[in-house]
Amino acid sequence: MEICNLSIKELHQGLIQKEFSTREVVESFLERIYRLNPELNAYLEVFEKEAIEQAKEVDEAILTSKELSNLAGIPCAIKDNILVEGKRCTAGSKILENYIAAYDATVVKKLKKQKAIILGKTNLDEFAMGSSGEHSAFGATKNPLNLEYVPGGSSSGSACATAAKMCAFALGSDTGGSVRQPASFCGIVGLKPTYGAVSRFGLIAMASSLDQIGPLAKNVEDAEIVFEAIKGKDEKDSTSCEFDKSEEKEPKKIKIGIPKECFGEGIQKEVVEGLKNVVKILEQEKIYIEEIDIPSLKYGVACYYIVMPSEVSSNLARYDGIKYGMSTLTKPDTQDLIEVYFETREKFLGKEVKRRIMLGTYCLSSGYYDAYYLRAQKVRTKIGLDFKEAFKKVDLILTPTSPTLPFKLGERLEDPLSMYMADFLTVPANLAGLPAISLPFKKINNLPFGIQLIAPAFCEKRLFNFGKFFEQICST
Amino acid sequence: MLSKEEVKHVARLARIKLTEEEMQKMQGELVKILDYIEKLKELDVENLEPTTHSILIKNVFREDKPEEKSKEEGEKLIQLAPQQEGRFIKIKSVFK
Repeated sequence: MEICNLSIKELHQGLIQKEFSTREVVESFLERIYRLNPELNAYLEVFEKEAIEQAKEVDEAILTSKELSNLAGIPCAIKDNILVEGKRCTAGSKILENYIAAYDATVVKKLKKQKAIILGKTNLDEFAMGSSGEHSAFGATKNPLNLEYVPGGSSSGSACATAAKMCAFALGSDTGGSVRQPASFCGIVGLKPTYGAVSRFGLIAMASSLDQIGPLAKNVEDAEIVFEAIKGKDEKDSTSCEFDKSEEKEPKKIKIGIPKECFGEGIQKEVVEGLKNVVKILEQEKIYIEEIDIPSLKYGVACYYIVMPSEVSSNLARYDGIKYGMSTLTKPDTQDLIEVYFETREKFLGKEVKRRIMLGTYCLSSGYYDAYYLRAQKVRTKIGLDFKEAFKKVDLILTPTSPTLPFKLGERLEDPLSMYMADFLTVPANLAGLPAISLPFKKINNLPFGIQLIAPAFCEKRLFNFGKFFEQICST
Repeated sequence: MLSKEEVKHVARLARIKLTEEEMQKMQGELVKILDYIEKLKELDVENLEPTTHSILIKNVFREDKPEEKSKEEGEKLIQLAPQQEGRFIKIKSVFK
């Protein structure tokens, strides 16, 4: 038995039955980090000293037979746009290279309360903007299953660290697919919860009407345990809310809908084949499947690339070299305040970030608001209504997570629009605020292939139940 | 189509300095993206309300009471500023 292969429950059992100590668990993950990370570049920083100290605390609690939470002593990684008190938080950007968090994000506070052990902070596309991990100011992360390929993004480091077993689970953030797509590219499970299910206090904001924090994990059960630990209303995030656990029907009785767009234009041939294989397997289990029509689905990316950059341009206005972060303020030859803004942003923001700020500023500028932002917000309403209509007929919607298999490093870097199309199947859930999970299916051409399940708002339980059922039938 | 003058104007609004070459490249990329976005005009959204919040929760209020913040945390936040004087953040002069 190798410790790094164990699920959260197995680790928990092993700890309370004293098969191994927390210290051994932490050290075995640290050993993997030191061996694998130099090549993979998943972690930006590792907290070895603190992790070993925390492990000691948990071991003492075990010795005195104190009640332990599911996550006590479980090593995890945090995307570097989520604040951990006293630690650097860069968001993958030069402009926050010197930024030290003054407090914990709510999700981090919750994990610490459960005595989960934070091993370090993980790499990401700058300010979570990207689908490949290549837009980080601190170097690209590689796909642990094939080093020539991207791990997906923007939670590239969190996905890579989980897949390479350099942590038991990780947290990421998902604005247009940034948890699900890298999970799919790395062959693991990734959940984007319902908008508002998890507090964003302490998450560096990208597009506030879309951002959600979610877990990346080895399997569905692990993702569920982490989600249960981090969810809930938080006074410090007024969009967060509590929700009732609803009774769910058994997985065998779930009706599945597949949007016909999943077989059409823009979907890679191999991905369509993969999806057909999934359908075959589900039909063998006598699961009801029908093709459905979500007419507005094909407008998702266009709608997203108005709403998101608009909000980005507003949220990132705070990086002005005055309050925190890197700055040209102290440069002796700078005269004007406005010059500080221009120079700081020129010098410390990356290409993709500048592009999105420009696009958003244009969409919101005088005379264009109605044509772009307002229209996009109306299209967004239409997408939400189309989903509502679909959920009258089916319980879950199934799609591939990504329209293509993982692509090679550098392949799309010079063509922003082709990079944006990678979000085609994931953005609709963000626009409509719905929970969605990516699950690994059989590899295609030796590359990971993931499917996505989308549920009505607050029906995470349905995703978990059906997800576990799907894992079971795939493993037999 | 987005003109070079417009790109310049937007860059100024966004407080982003771009070199001539970057300006050129940015224009090309933005034109391509805006062209793609035009797609949205195909949809009739005349009678729809714009989404302001994807999960319709009502206004969230709390009492207007100041919360205790630890002095330490405040201190840490001030320390993050590139330039300080005492408990103040120091900047360049706004007016000439």
